[in-house]
Amino acid sequence: MIPEFGHFSLLLAFGLSIALTVLPALGVYRSDQLLMRTGPSLAAGIFMFLLFSFFCLMESFLADDFSVTYVANNSNSALPVQYKVSAIWGAHEGSFLLWTLISAGWTLAVAFFSGSLTADMKARVLAVLGFLNVGFLAFLLFASNPFERSLPFHPQDGADLNPLLQDFGLIVHPPMLYMGYVGFAVPFALAIATLTTGRLDAAWARWSRPWTNAAWAFLTIGITLGSWWAYYELGWGGWWFWDAVENASFMPWLVGTALIHSLAASEKRGVFKSWTVLLAIATFSLSLLGAFLVRSGVLTSVHAFAVDPTRGLFILVFLVMIVGSSLTLFAVKASGIKSDARFEWTSREAMLLTNNLLLVVSTAAVLLGTLYPLIYEVITDGDKISVGPPYFNAVFVPITLLLFTVMIVAPFSRWRKTPVKRLIQDHWPWLAIGPIAVIAGALVTGASREPLALFIQTIAVLIFLLLVKHWLVTVKSGWKVPSASYLGMILGHLGILVAILGVVITVYDSDGRDVRMAPGDQVELGGYQFTFRELAKVQGPNYVSDQALFDVQRDGNPVTVLKPEKRFYSVARNVMTEADLDPGLFRDLYIALGEPVGDDAWAVRVHVKPFVRWIWFGGLLIALGGFVTLADRRYRRERARATVAAGVTA
Amino acid sequence: MKARLAAALCLLMASFAMKASIDAYPFPNEELAVRYDALIAELRCPQCLNTNLAGSDAMIAQDLRREVHRMLLDGRTDDEILAFMHERYGDFILYDPKISGATFVLWFGPALLLLLASFVMYRLISNRPTEALLTEDEQARINQLLAGNDRE
Amino acid sequence: MNKNLLIPLGVFLLLVVFLGLGFQLRDPHFLPSELIDRPFPEFELVDLHDGSVVRSRRDLVGEISLVNVWATWCPNCVIEHPELVRIAAEEGVPIYGVNYNDDTPKAIAWLQRRKDPYRFSLVDDEGRLAIDLGVYGAPETFVLDEKGVIQYRHVGTVTNEVWRQDLLPVIVHLRGRREG
Repeated sequence: MIPEFGHFSLLLAFGLSIALTVLPALGVYRSDQLLMRTGPSLAAGIFMFLLFSFFCLMESFLADDFSVTYVANNSNSALPVQYKVSAIWGAHEGSFLLWTLISAGWTLAVAFFSGSLTADMKARVLAVLGFLNVGFLAFLLFASNPFERSLPFHPQDGADLNPLLQDFGLIVHPPMLYMGYVGFAVPFALAIATLTTGRLDAAWARWSRPWTNAAWAFLTIGITLGSWWAYYELGWGGWWFWDAVENASFMPWLVGTALIHSLAASEKRGVFKSWTVLLAIATFSLSLLGAFLVRSGVLTSVHAFAVDPTRGLFILVFLVMIVGSSLTLFAVKASGIKSDARFEWTSREAMLLTNNLLLVVSTAAVLLGTLYPLIYEVITDGDKISVGPPYFNAVFVPITLLLFTVMIVAPFSRWRKTPVKRLIQDHWPWLAIGPIAVIAGALVTGASREPLALFIQTIAVLIFLLLVKHWLVTVKSGWKVPSASYLGMILGHLGILVAILGVVITVYDSDGRDVRMAPGDQVELGGYQFTFRELAKVQGPNYVSDQALFDVQRDGNPVTVLKPEKRFYSVARNVMTEADLDPGLFRDLYIALGEPVGDDAWAVRVHVKPFVRWIWFGGLLIALGGFVTLADRRYRRERARATVAAGVTA
Repeated sequence: MKARLAAALCLLMASFAMKASIDAYPFPNEELAVRYDALIAELRCPQCLNTNLAGSDAMIAQDLRREVHRMLLDGRTDDEILAFMHERYGDFILYDPKISGATFVLWFGPALLLLLASFVMYRLISNRPTEALLTEDEQARINQLLAGNDRE
Repeated sequence: MNKNLLIPLGVFLLLVVFLGLGFQLRDPHFLPSELIDRPFPEFELVDLHDGSVVRSRRDLVGEISLVNVWATWCPNCVIEHPELVRIAAEEGVPIYGVNYNDDTPKAIAWLQRRKDPYRFSLVDDEGRLAIDLGVYGAPETFVLDEKGVIQYRHVGTVTNEVWRQDLLPVIVHLRGRREG
């Protein structure tokens, strides 16, 4: 019965979503306060029903109800309980249920945390969000029902979750990604709502900022986790492959970053308003496009969900409706908006504009590279071409480097005009320290002296030094306590530079080797000695494995013991490499087993990867920066003011 | 030098191994080993869903890696090895799309877009509105008044 | 209305057109062959049944024929085998086999258990001929003209339908060309 309850709950949520789309909108049209105020209750109802539905699916997994097709395809009685739960989002139907639940969650949050919005705007925003929920629920109900049963003949046991997904990464990575993807629906809804009023004022930008920052921070965590998961799980030591699905998550992030910066300019200076609205539409459109690419089978990827053209068509139609109508509305309504603010080349406005243009161009490049094989195949009627990391790196890295360079001076830029000469006079010692420190560091540590590596590291150090200087100036000036917004900005930029430093050092200074080793053999790499002590057989809950024991030493002192495995999952009949890592703040030691190569020797991959963790620490710092900005007094003050005003007029 | 850079970039681009295949082929010198890593990262597995030769344990990937190893020991250049693969498997097997008429938009599109964007930005910043703006003094006074309001 | 503001919509619609057309595309696993209209690669491989006989490209030239890449570890080869036997017996087209990455005694036994449709089979135990043919999985079947030039490649099982709809038309065309 439980799956049926879950299914029915989805229907109820669907009905309420239709109401949420229609009633508040009607209220706006008729200036009917009562209708406008139905939004929050409807949003609460939608969320409750979706949550219930989600719990029903969870119960089906926990109870091993294999009459439910989705459970039978993705679970097994021997599956550890945490993976039975995370298997909910292990494949298409269930993960889309999670997506929709999260969408309802954001809608609810907007309904209850937007005290600073006028009743009229709030109703419009909720109506847009309601419509999105209608689409998502329709897709679930009519094309991706997770509650489908395969009665009367159903399997005795399930097909088991793909062993690759039986990992902590699955538990956290998709939910964080969806929080980000779907979260961008909020600035999208705000943009659409504002376009319908015909007024594009600074208030809209101020309302949008916390929501955008939050969604963006979640997406940052999602992408960071994905990269980290790939690194330790997939046995190669790589952490980004420019795969179509990775790009699908990266593009909204890039444009989202542009959006964050543009919103700042729109709020504080009233510039770029139409552009910012366009960015808000674009960011969410890229989220939807990403969902389409991943679930339709149109692009080739190991990560893509099972191919189904019908589903793909549904999402495509939805995409065309939403994005098409948004862009049409934009073209019609954004015409009248012109900002007449002047600003110089050196101004903060110009810096932000440069940021935006570089990010948008890099997104366009990634989109082009991702879709090019498809376009090529269509145009040539069947010829296949591949576009992979060589292309993406060649195009993305220079643009990002340009952006990174601009970041050196960005915090110091002033609105309208930056006194460049004076700044250089005040700060040239800091500018000089940078290159010297980096070159000296490379000479001392024996790290790579490739010019590009040194150049990037110099920029990173300069950004760091100038951020510190800026912080000191701001804090010590006495009259101003740094706001949460400012702190968030510092953390975010710091995160970027930490991540880029990690990338550069890992790329240029990693040492790796594939060797043939038998018990007793030793290999020396990056200052560490790796000795293959012995091989053991291990029994896991749903697998059997060959486990190798490696003693790792440095200068004769024991550092750690690594135990890479080759696992055989009995139900899925899959062989998985479980690499073993010794993670460290300044280096990772990494060993993975290949195949046995005769006698008792094995092919072994050994890596020493310096600073690789900095990539993900950087990512987490960036996300932290995004979250910190939410605490800014400005947003809370607005709500207090609005409450007071409401109290006075009530 | 160039080989190290290429290898570095290949470590960057490598890879999403579904089941990483580790062969431990012996090489007489470091340079060949580095070129091998770079080549198998740049060549795509013909049978897999977007994986390079380095990251796949499909039979054809294993065979092709063996061929790359053999050709390197034979003294072939990188271009010759890539041409060998291209002759048999076509554009599909090269992750680095060749610059040709067909890929013109791909390779030059972003650069053109960047130029266009720069041009747009130039127009935006150089365009000065003709209406009279506030003078510096007036602007300063307004700022003061606004600042006063801000401090509750 | 400022016409520039329609650009995003225009770009989006163009994108959608390609995405929509993307649905018409074939199976993502399918790779078109690079060898069409090129001569069958030169090779020197041992005959499956008689290890002392070394065969080369010359042995494939002279008639319109099929070359079938097969192996004992390949399940689809079992499925297509009866159809290959039928073609060899009834259609007047010789079939040559390339035994791909396989074990010779196993392969001989495999053929003994089922009938042997091949004029001869080559032992490609390192898969080098397969690589020269651009093979990426078994089974694959090539149509050669009388000069030994590859005219068509089919990837996957040869069913009767595949024979009628894909292979036979090519062969008929080649026969017509030869006559004319």
